[in-house]
Amino acid sequence: MTGNSHTPDPEKEKRKIKSVKKMKEIMTNYYVEAKTAEQTGRKVAWITSGGPVEPLIVMDIIPVYPENHGAMIGASKMGIGLCEKSEEMGYSRDLCSYARADIACAPVNGGPIGGLPRPDMLVCCNNICGTVLKWYEVQARYFNVPLFILDTPFAHTGFSDEARKYVRKQVDEYIKFLETVCGKKYDYDKMAEVGKLSVQGQRLWQAVLDTAAHKPAPMSAFDAFFHLALIVTLRGTSVVVDYYTGLLEEMKERIASGISAVPNEKYRLLWDNLPIWYRTKWLSDKFAAHDACLVADTYTSAWCGSLKYINENDFLGTMAEGYSRIYLNIGVDEMAETVIDMIDKYDADGLVMHSNRSCKPYSLGQYDIQRIVQEKRKIPTLMIEADMVDERSFSESQVETRIDAFMEVLKAG
Amino acid sequence: MKNLALFHEIAENPYDYAKKVKKESGRKIIGYFCTYTPEEIIDAAGAIPFRIFGRGGDSLADAHLQAYSCSLIRGALDDALSGNLDFLDGVVFPHTCDSIQRLSDIWRINVKTGFHTDVVLPVKLDTNSSREYMSDVLRKFLRDIENGLGVVISGNNLKASAVKYNRIRGLMGKIYRARAENPSLIGSGDLHAIVKASMVMDRDHLLEELSEFAGSIQPGRAAGKPAGKKVVLAGGVCNLPDIYSIIEESGGTVAGDDFCTGSRYFEGEIGLEGDIVESIAERYRERINCPAKHSGLWTRGEHIIKIVRESGAKGVIFLFLKFCDPHSFDYPYLKAMLDREGIPNMLFEIEEQLPSEGQFKTRCEAFLEMLQA
Repeated sequence: MTGNSHTPDPEKEKRKIKSVKKMKEIMTNYYVEAKTAEQTGRKVAWITSGGPVEPLIVMDIIPVYPENHGAMIGASKMGIGLCEKSEEMGYSRDLCSYARADIACAPVNGGPIGGLPRPDMLVCCNNICGTVLKWYEVQARYFNVPLFILDTPFAHTGFSDEARKYVRKQVDEYIKFLETVCGKKYDYDKMAEVGKLSVQGQRLWQAVLDTAAHKPAPMSAFDAFFHLALIVTLRGTSVVVDYYTGLLEEMKERIASGISAVPNEKYRLLWDNLPIWYRTKWLSDKFAAHDACLVADTYTSAWCGSLKYINENDFLGTMAEGYSRIYLNIGVDEMAETVIDMIDKYDADGLVMHSNRSCKPYSLGQYDIQRIVQEKRKIPTLMIEADMVDERSFSESQVETRIDAFMEVLKAG
Repeated sequence: MKNLALFHEIAENPYDYAKKVKKESGRKIIGYFCTYTPEEIIDAAGAIPFRIFGRGGDSLADAHLQAYSCSLIRGALDDALSGNLDFLDGVVFPHTCDSIQRLSDIWRINVKTGFHTDVVLPVKLDTNSSREYMSDVLRKFLRDIENGLGVVISGNNLKASAVKYNRIRGLMGKIYRARAENPSLIGSGDLHAIVKASMVMDRDHLLEELSEFAGSIQPGRAAGKPAGKKVVLAGGVCNLPDIYSIIEESGGTVAGDDFCTGSRYFEGEIGLEGDIVESIAERYRERINCPAKHSGLWTRGEHIIKIVRESGAKGVIFLFLKFCDPHSFDYPYLKAMLDREGIPNMLFEIEEQLPSEGQFKTRCEAFLEMLQA
């Protein structure tokens, strides 16, 4: 053994985000709790990443996220095996790789954590895609448990009064559903408390992301991909508020001490679409080698993007609109405006878009967003063709060549 | 038969037909996608609902849609961008799948085909709140159409359209059933022409021609040639190539279907009592759903088995467009249900605008050979 492996590079150590350890602890505890729910008598709900988790927290139900599971499968490079297994089960290779990997996991308790705990109920909100509806139908048939669908009409050019009324009614149906499954009354006082914590958590998460507006950025989108897990899974709890308070503090300290995510940040980039989970490290290193930092992304900010529609003092009354008008449930032109606002806010020099075979609502329309950004901000853009979990749709050499060419353009500009 | 000649002419050149009608009558032509478009309301506004199939070719679509988009949305966008759909006075996008949803945005940003409306229908159809919302959305659509076309739709207009659509759908059902019983009555290519023409024609004219044609069918007539083995088609081929003919040439007979360009289009009747918008909404909720909509967990599988049992079919051919997520997600469970019932089935995914006929035909022949006579 050489001494190198024992002596950490002090430069690298300095850049490491210290909160990571705490985050890992929280997530480990969360999964242990979820996996032992049967012993502790708590109910488990599987819920979509954009779904309203707050009522579950009110009912003391443990929320479990198949999409988060999909991301873990991707990050641990188990995507190909599970995707292939789903294909043997008859699912087309063209389908979403989160769905394929999760569906293949269920019967064999496969994947990095030996499968998710069995659900007592499924909660599907289609504000992120139509795919989750089909995916949850598959799991509802497999596990034979009740399925609640929160149908959030797509807001192409605005949100109609008809849609607002419809979603608001479904919030009441959702609560009735939970009361029936749990056999107990809904606690509206607790809802008020959980609603406030949810909004507080979202604001803190936005504040954390905002610190990357500083030059150089104390964190990158790759860090955000990691720290995102809490706002997704435990929104509405004080754990989230406490953790992001600490993380925000750390980011401020990093700014004060001049610690940046990328050592010599010269180029600031905006990322669009889900991460390429099995290549985050590689991509991070690749861009850093060009002195480029991905300072922000449209993905992690989606969990605080509709805050403007939510009244923290009337969470139940306003969550219908908040959940319906999230980033993926709006028109392509409004998405382009959001991207442009982010380019301005974070002073990005370029836009990197992941054209993700798995996600049509996120990817179809990207070419138009790319063109609009080029016209309005005249910055270089890069389109990477890949998939978030299924590595078979990723060509390292091709992506590398494209990144290098893109960086050449940026450097020449 | 002169009706058939007309159906063929329109089905082969729907765009020429639409332009001609528009020129001669001054009627507005409204493009639409999918069988969830409330056509009755377009018709009641005096306009002609014109289903957009896309005609093939997708090079202009490349600048807007990734290669992993289905051929329907690529083909339709290409047609629009190349100016082939300039005769349209408006386009309606019903909320169905993720692809149509994004096509609507891309279309709105890049294409000028008159006014643009999204009918953001509910995705789940089996709850009280969705029932109410479905009616609300249709009322909103009615207002959008009135504003877009500068017309007023009276209650009588709407009722007359509902009656018209009931009659059209009834006749289509009659023609389908007659043919399923005696395939020699109507050629497969003829049926395809009728279905396709029915989705683009002036509906008053269609009703006349269909009535005449249905009256001319003589169910008692002896079969001209031995019918092939009966199969049921399931899935969706939204751009409607002539698959009937290929199946018949391979030794099969289409005895029934669960297609949006087939029975899903014409089954169900609009109740004429009470609020007419609510009755129209009810029919869209009650008819068997497209997999992009939710109406129970096993509904579609049970429905397909029922069609097979009732028609006496020996097998099921699943057909859908490559990159169609809703159909691809349902396929494994539907297949498992059919397998459990001992109903042979096969799947063919159509990649391009038209099936690569040779390959599809070979698969059909092999499948049909295996079926019991």
